[in-house]
Amino acid sequence: MTGEERRLERLKPNLERRALIHQITRRFFDTRGFFEVDTPVRSPAIAPEKEIIPFDSEGWLLTTSPELYMKRLLAAGYSNIYQLSHCFRKSERGRLHNPEFTLLEWYRAFKDYTEMITDTEQLVLFISQELGYGNVLRYQGKTIDLKPPWSRITIQELYKQLAGWDPVNEPDPVSFDLDMVTKIIPHLNPHRPTVMLDYPAATASLARLKPGNPLVAERAEVFIGGLELANGYSELNNRQEQEARFRKEIEHIRLEQKRVAPLPDKFLTALERMPQCAGMALGMDRLVMLFCDAASIDEVIPFSVDTA
Amino acid sequence: MQVEDARKGTKILLEGIPYNIEDAEFMKPGKGRAIYRYRLRNLVDGSSLERTYHSGEKLQAASISTHEGQFLYREGHHYVFMHTDTFEQYLIDEKILGEKHNYLKEGMTVVTMFLEDRPIDITLPIFIETVVTKSDIATRTDTVTAQMKRATLETGMELDVPVFIKEGDTIKVDTRTGNYVERVVTRK
Repeated sequence: MTGEERRLERLKPNLERRALIHQITRRFFDTRGFFEVDTPVRSPAIAPEKEIIPFDSEGWLLTTSPELYMKRLLAAGYSNIYQLSHCFRKSERGRLHNPEFTLLEWYRAFKDYTEMITDTEQLVLFISQELGYGNVLRYQGKTIDLKPPWSRITIQELYKQLAGWDPVNEPDPVSFDLDMVTKIIPHLNPHRPTVMLDYPAATASLARLKPGNPLVAERAEVFIGGLELANGYSELNNRQEQEARFRKEIEHIRLEQKRVAPLPDKFLTALERMPQCAGMALGMDRLVMLFCDAASIDEVIPFSVDTA
Repeated sequence: MQVEDARKGTKILLEGIPYNIEDAEFMKPGKGRAIYRYRLRNLVDGSSLERTYHSGEKLQAASISTHEGQFLYREGHHYVFMHTDTFEQYLIDEKILGEKHNYLKEGMTVVTMFLEDRPIDITLPIFIETVVTKSDIATRTDTVTAQMKRATLETGMELDVPVFIKEGDTIKVDTRTGNYVERVVTRK
């Protein structure tokens, strides 16, 4: 047997379970009035984001998330849609990262980010129950109680408690990211999922600012077992504001990274007709890791960038 | 070199000292900046340290190569070696060799590590055979330590050897620990 055959034989139980999790996920959405869409992985323009670097493909770009296409569908009147999509992000490689990975995204028209959190709680619990685990999961030696509601805490409260500063009133983007991975994530309650709420406005990206508190965006992130699992927003549907944010980001990318990021103008045009809606993006590989008790993404995909 | 291009095993320079990236941890909040945490091994003295870098930062790549070299002779504070492929000679300062000079015998082959074209370290064979040039005579009054006594080797190094070792004997020494291993029986 070659090394590759041995490796793939060892991975087979995880990959079979992965197939099952994909089926259960589809069943979850299909039975709740959603329908599955399939949008291009290769596009002329994607959302310009300084810290997410796309692969070039003959002058177009490989998608980093299906978000813009799914919002164009919402603008055309679609309401409950989901997608399992391969996404690509350059230079992202580590125990929890592979440059090609699978995102699950779903959107609901006329809803906000609180409903997306509820969906996420229900989805993860449903998968756990369908796999026969019930409410309690064991991951990397720790038990995790998945029973909703999961604990919710604002980013401001969390940073004040664990990092000793206020990222909302005194924003510091560099310390924000470093402290997130060194001071916040390692000290979350390991036995319960955590939902972080209301990110500083500067990290809003495509989220709308909180009505009544423009210092924060209606953005939520879900962490389970130390894994950043899902990111969701009440979506921004104001074209002028979105375009201004994009242009600012494009300028940063041009100056700091000498990279040309095109403005996604078809998306911006569609945004004028997009209803108020909310969406969530969940890392399928990490969800599968949780249910396979896998420490590394390499244990839940057959071929990583290093074995491709 | 961009931090994104470094991998486990990449050699980098920090303040002129070469390090090997022994372990690399990639951390990134989904929408945030990538953070690289490295465990670095100092290639000269073997010590290790941790460093954290952000995406977009630059690293200085270290051009490290290794070649076999033969130790020829000592000249003041320098040791003269010859590259076994090109027969070029090069000098290594005794400060760079540290304790390793204790094991160098003329004619011995070692592996030399070069940073660009500057020799920065040598790797000795794990075991060397060397002649005892001087040893104390064991006395009866020695009790607990009686099984071992001090001896001096042809390289000038001192170590503990069993009492049965005599001047002129060839012994095997472990260069990792500096300990006596066994007596080598030489055919006469």
